[in-house]
Parts: sequence; C-alpha cells; structure tokens
Amino acid sequence: MGDNTMLDLRNIHKSFFIGTPNEFEVLHGVNFHVKEGEFVSIVGQSGSGKSTLMNIIGALDRPTAGEYTLDGVDIEKAKDHELSILRNKKIGFVFQTYNLIARTTALKNVELPMMYAGMSKGERADRAKMLLEEVGMKDRMHHKPDELSGGQKQRVAIARAMANDPAIILADEPTGALDSATGRLIMDIFHKLHEEQGKTIVLITHSPELSQETQRIITLKDGTIMGESTGTWQGLKVKEDA
Amino acid sequence: MLITENILVALAGLKANIMRSLLTMLGIIIGIASVIAIMTVGNSITIMVNQTMQDLGANNLQMGVMQKSQNNESSDTGMNYGEGYVRELEDSDLISQEMLDDFTTEYKDNIQYVLLTQDIATRWDNAKVSKGNTSANVNLQGLNADALKFKNLKMISGRQFIGHDYKEAKRTCVVSDKLVDRLFDGEYDSVIGKEIEVTVSGNYYKYYVVGVYEYVQESFSFGASDNPTTDIYVPYETARIQTHNQNKGIQYCDLVTTIDTNNDEFATQVRDFFNIKYYSRNDTYEVVCISMTSMMDSMNSMISMIQLALSVIAAISLVVGGIGVMNIMLVSITERTKEIGTRKALGATNGSIRLQFITESVVICLIGGIIGILAGVGLGTLAVKFMGYEAAVSVQSIVIAVGFSMAIGVFFGYYPANKAAKLNPIDALRYE
Ligand SMILES: Nc1ncnc2c1ncn2[C@@H]1O[C@H](COP(=O)(O)OP(=O)(O)OP(=O)(O)O)[C@@H](O)[C@H]1O
Ligand SMILES: [Mg+2]
Repeated sequence: MGDNTMLDLRNIHKSFFIGTPNEFEVLHGVNFHVKEGEFVSIVGQSGSGKSTLMNIIGALDRPTAGEYTLDGVDIEKAKDHELSILRNKKIGFVFQTYNLIARTTALKNVELPMMYAGMSKGERADRAKMLLEEVGMKDRMHHKPDELSGGQKQRVAIARAMANDPAIILADEPTGALDSATGRLIMDIFHKLHEEQGKTIVLITHSPELSQETQRIITLKDGTIMGESTGTWQGLKVKEDA
Repeated sequence: MLITENILVALAGLKANIMRSLLTMLGIIIGIASVIAIMTVGNSITIMVNQTMQDLGANNLQMGVMQKSQNNESSDTGMNYGEGYVRELEDSDLISQEMLDDFTTEYKDNIQYVLLTQDIATRWDNAKVSKGNTSANVNLQGLNADALKFKNLKMISGRQFIGHDYKEAKRTCVVSDKLVDRLFDGEYDSVIGKEIEVTVSGNYYKYYVVGVYEYVQESFSFGASDNPTTDIYVPYETARIQTHNQNKGIQYCDLVTTIDTNNDEFATQVRDFFNIKYYSRNDTYEVVCISMTSMMDSMNSMISMIQLALSVIAAISLVVGGIGVMNIMLVSITERTKEIGTRKALGATNGSIRLQFITESVVICLIGGIIGILAGVGLGTLAVKFMGYEAAVSVQSIVIAVGFSMAIGVFFGYYPANKAAKLNPIDALRYE
C-alpha cells in the first residue's frame, strides 16, 4: 500500500447559523490525515460532529475555515461544478439510510454514477452487473428498493459506491440500521474491498467491535479529535482460519 | 443519453401517481383540446366556404346597385347617422338593358357571361312537386341564356331553352333526372311535354317540361339522400313575371370574366364605367362590383380572425394549466429533496438535475398535449359533422400544439427545476 496522502484536513472549523444569534461551532479545528489504502474508523458520542466531518470529507459541505485537499485536489478552491465531478469520480458514499433512488431498479441505481460520468449504456450495464455480482445481489438486480431488505439495499448501495472505481469510500454508520449478522456481512464486504482492491475507506460507527476491525480508530469528542488508536483486526483470512 | 434516462424516470414518476398526473395535465388537456377543436371547426368551415364559392365560380364578379356610401359627403360634418330619409329605389336607378349592352360591348374581351337569375323558391322555401303520394323537393330558379349556359348542364333528354322561351316568357322548365326518377319512374323521354305543378308556400306554378338534366351532388350538402333537393330552371323572364318583379331594370347580376382578366382590377373598371357614365348625377345610388376572389379573401381572413380570437381565449387556459404543472413540479421537488441530495452526492451536476426536472415537466405537458390533441380532434370533428360538413383537421395546428405544450413544459418547468438544481447537496441530503 502506497504512502501517498489521500485526505489531508488541517485546522477544519465548521459553524452553523453563521451571522445569527444561534451561531455555534461544531468542529473546532480538526486535523485529520488518511493515507491511500488505509481503513480508518471515526467513533464518538452522538452529536460529537462525526457526520459533520464526514460531509466535509465527502465534499458535500464546505468547512467554515481550514484547509482540505483530497487526493491532491484543493477543495476550498474548487467550484461547485468541480466538486460534482470529484464526488462522481473519486468518492463512493454509503449512507445509514441507503438512499437508493425509489422506483428504479437496483441495476439502474448502480448505473447512476456511471451515467453522470458519461459512460455508454452497454458499458455501464455490464459494469453494474459485475458490481452487483460482487456483493451477491445479481439475482435481485431488477428489483426496486422497496422490494429489498435493509441488508440487500445496503449491498446495492455499496455496489453503487464502487461504480466509478472511487479513490475513497465514505460510510456513515452503514450498519446502523441493520442487525448484527447483516452488519457483519456488510463489514466483510468493506474488508474485501480494502484488502483485495486496496480501497481507502473511512467508516463512522457506534459499534466498538466494528471499529476495532479497522486499522486506525479516531475518537471525536465535542468537535475535536481526542485520540487515536490502532485496531486489532488481523485481516479476513485470519478470521476465516479461526 | 441522459435525456432518454430522464424520460424513463419521468414516466415512472407519472405512473406512480396516475391520478395526480392526470389532474395536473387537465389544464393542458383542456387548453390544447379547445384550441385544436376551434382550429378544426374553423378549418373545415374555411374549406367549405371556399369550395362553395369555387362552385359558384372563382372568376365571378358580383355587380349591383346599392345606396351610396355616406362618407363622401357627410364625414366632414361629423355624426350623421340616421340623418334622414333615404329615397327608395326607382326604375331609373336600376341598370337598364341599354346600359348593360353598352357595357358588354365596351368590355367584350373581358366578359364571358352576364348571369341574370331570379329565385322563385330557394332551399328554405320547401318547394315541392307532387304526384300522387310522392313528392320531390325542389328549388325554383329563373335563368337567362348566359346563366343557363354557365350551369353547363348535361342533358339526358329534351332541350334547353331557346329564343322564344325567353322572349315570350314561356312557362317551360328543365328538371333533374332525380325528379323524374322519383315522380315519373325514370321515363326521361316520355316526361318531355308533360305539365308539372310546383307548390311554393301555398302558391302553384305550372310549367311544361322541355328537358331533363343529370343532377350532380354539391360538394358540400347536408348529407347524401335519395331524395335530394334538386333545381328546376325556368326562363329568366318567366320567373320575373311570376314573382311580380316589375322593375324595368336590373339590380343585381353576376359577371363571369375571361381567363385573362384580373378580377380585382376589372371590378374597379366596372364600377368606374357605370358610376362615371350613368350614375354621376344619381344622388342616392351607385353601382358596386366586387370580385369573388376578394370576397373569398376577406371571408377567409374574417374566419381566421375569429379563430385567432377564440384560440387566444383558449390559450389562457393553457397558461393556467402551465401554472398547475409548475405547482406540481414544486411539490414533487420538495418530496424528492432527499433524492436530489443523493443524486448530487453521486456526482449529478446542477445542470443534470435541472435537465431532469425540465424533462419531467416537458413530459407531463407533452402527454397532456397529445391527449388534448386527440380530444380536440374528436370534439372538432364531432362538431363539424354535427353541422353537416366534412371535417378537415389542421395538421399545422397539431404541430403547433405539440410545440406549444413542450414550450409550456420548458417555461413552467424551468423555475422549479432551477430551484432543485441549486439545492445545497448536504441540505438536500439531510432533508426529512
Ligand atoms: N445542517 C445543520 N444545521 C444545524 N446544525 C447542524 C447541522 N448539521 C449538524 N448540526 C449540529 O451539529 C452537531 C453535530 O452533528 P453531527 O450530525 O455531526 O453529529 P454525529 O456525531 O454524526 O451524531 P450521530 O452519532 O448521532 O450521528 C449536532 O449538534 C447537530 O445538531
Ligand atoms: Mg451522524
């Protein structure tokens, strides 16, 4: 795995309701670095600012102050249009609530990022099928989201996140709405992406066990990083052997 | 590529909310349907009127003695309406045979026929020829030699009128084969010389049949029937006597011009000829002359004006429909805020979001437009059929309607689509 910096956030501040009496700061100068190929988790109490940080990392929101480069791209200077392209090509999102597009099939959902990337119809259908096969959802590809279980929806969402072979996957509590067995299945898919394809992954979780499975664990408290520890995860193979 | 995808998404959305979609489209449907129906009716009437006028002869001029238009003398003194008493038409005001002869000699290169007609019974008079229990509906009309020639009748038996029929105002007539079929068992030869009696609102007119012509159905008639109202022709002079038209002159006549004549220019020449030479000292009456083509033109432009005015009114309902579409698009965008956020997270640019929603609104309007066109063509055709004419759908108006409904889609879809496009991705994603 390379030593290249994937995420570089320096002294990030984020405030809401700026210029109103209700103005308050959620992130108070966060420094956060992730190298290419790392699997990092962010933990912390509810309201500590994890999602707020993740949204800044995902270029869905802009920090109030601070510097941020993603895979060499200076985010504060990028225009809205450039951020769209960046999200499309470099970032794969996995949400707690799946966020599949209703009324369209699993296949079309996975094709969507490729459509926005301008890929041809045949090419994106082929790739979408391949990705769905990887997450074990090929036999359900013509089903619509409301015909799928939570775990199935999240697997489709992961396939969709992988659509344009992104540099980084950002997952905000991807197992938060699933039972532990299904959560386990989803985690294994992340491990596979990390170990077999060398994907950089940032995961937010409330589960101490799942965070232990990552290489680095970042603890956020009241909008500042309180500490960092190393996970105990030995890799998928070790677990299978045990 | 993105477009087809967007259309599919839009259709899926419409299908998921069929009732709402239909109600949204209703304004567009009603608007387009009324415009198309108006256009269809107008178009059909235009064609019918033109056809009828064509039948009457496109290279006809209508000439007649009419009261002088007032504006020459009175307009400078201001309001003169109902100023007074208008002298009644007298024999000396009419066009005499001498004047007509003078005129036809002067313009013999321009004039093919001078048509003189005298109606005794038109189609509204319910004139009948009866024999036993059966009867045939007829129009009864007196024609001069030119007018009869101009009819270009195809004779089945007998003859047309000759000199003394006119000069002595003989009670002779020419009837249609349909009448003979109905009343005389189709014996076209033996009917010649027989006397028939025409009843016109309590009056009786008797004639001797001298000829039978082949009836040709009018291009626009009130439905085909086996008992059509056919014409009986009698000599012009006979008709004048029978209608007690004792005038010594002619008030109206039609002129059929030669092919090389420019009718509009000739109409002016006719007016000038009579008014300078014979009517310059007439205080009340003058000769007017208009060409059938200019009459057709003004008729057509009048119909177009009415059509346009009605269409503008109908188009207002299109604007109302468009506002309805805009309203439902705003609702739909609010409902789908999270979807918009997700699409943006997946890399949709503002432009592609805008395109998606404009496509959706265009699809709504286009489907509404197509339903409206079908309904409009149906209604228009029904109305025209009800009036007894042939329906002529205006293809042009359909093309315009399709274009117009798409334009409404773009116009009223733009604001909501732009609103969606400009949503901040994280605000959209967090929307509950
Ligand atoms: N768009 C916003 N507008 C106003 N306040 C916000 C907004 N987004 C987040 N906040 C506030 O910022 C703080 C941090 O929220 P955030 O969602 O980042 O917490 P979190 O660590 O993800 O919590 P959880 O574990 O419950 O998901 C909260 O107090 C929240 O109310
Ligand atoms: Mg959160």
